[in-house]
Amino acid sequence: MSTDLWLGLITGIIFGILLQQGRVARFEKQVGAMLLKDMTILKFMLSAIIVGMIGINILAATGLAPLSVKSTVVGANLIGGIIFGIGWAIVGYCPGTSLAAVGEGRVHAIPAIIGMIVGGALYAEVYPALQSNVLSWGSYGKLTLPGLLGISTWLVIAVLTLIFILLFIFFEKKKI
Amino acid sequence: MDKKFSWRPYLAGALAGILAIASVYYSNRELGKPQYLGASTTFVRSAGLIEETFAPEHVAANAYYTKEKVKVDWQFMLVVGVLIGSFISSVSTRSFKRECTPPIWNENFGTNRARRAFFAFIGGLIAMFGARLAGGCPSGHGLSGLMQLSISGYLAMAGFFGAGVIVAALVYRNKGE
Repeated sequence: MSTDLWLGLITGIIFGILLQQGRVARFEKQVGAMLLKDMTILKFMLSAIIVGMIGINILAATGLAPLSVKSTVVGANLIGGIIFGIGWAIVGYCPGTSLAAVGEGRVHAIPAIIGMIVGGALYAEVYPALQSNVLSWGSYGKLTLPGLLGISTWLVIAVLTLIFILLFIFFEKKKI
Repeated sequence: MDKKFSWRPYLAGALAGILAIASVYYSNRELGKPQYLGASTTFVRSAGLIEETFAPEHVAANAYYTKEKVKVDWQFMLVVGVLIGSFISSVSTRSFKRECTPPIWNENFGTNRARRAFFAFIGGLIAMFGARLAGGCPSGHGLSGLMQLSISGYLAMAGFFGAGVIVAALVYRNKGE
């Protein structure tokens, strides 16, 4: 097996351990967040984002590794996001956590994974028809918050970190 | 509902952040291309690999499969690794639990396994279609996108949670305790 496959496998095993230990790969935690009664997955995600946005922007600023920003297409990002949210509420897993859920014994995540593969196949079939409309509505290229606002990356990171920590305090006060 | 404070999600999350940084650094150094955490493209590649076994010309002619390249790559192995890691973690800490229907679901729709399997399939199908249209899932857009302060990540996350909150409130009327 080549280096990229080994690196992916090792990174995935560690990610799987962390998803399982963080208790985020569970239907009740995912749906619990959507019902606004258990914010475990948001605590996990926002903690990862605080640490990651500092580290990755240091890598980018020092030239140790480049960013890989996904293009902003307002129509596709928002409409696709909304369709994802509708399915997510029903299935109770996102793509990454569906595998971690099977790993810790959640048998009902297997039909979820099969559904996701069928959904991927379906999207491949309609993709050509979407290129000239949804996939080009509000296309702005690789846009970031500091780029859009015209302010320093570090100021944006500082403000976001503060907002996320205030959210954590709110979650803990509400015991959610 | 968690009544007592726990560091667990914060600690596991912070370590996932370190993992994301390490992944970007090492993959860029070893492969010449930074690998950011993500999962949903792998489901498209899986679909393509399955379709290739009975309709290879169809897959070769499809614009999306050509764009995303139907093969086992870094992210594909990441997704396989997640399954293995979760299994190792749950078995070694005795938190592995065989479950055919989840709690909140049971309170609303009962313990019929076929019914749960059917809706898990339908929900998964809708979610993946949306993720591919949005260009990513809560890993690719949520974690990796927000770490890079990308606008696409914030837009997608707004859609994920906005629609999720509304639909969950409509579907799970009995919220349980």
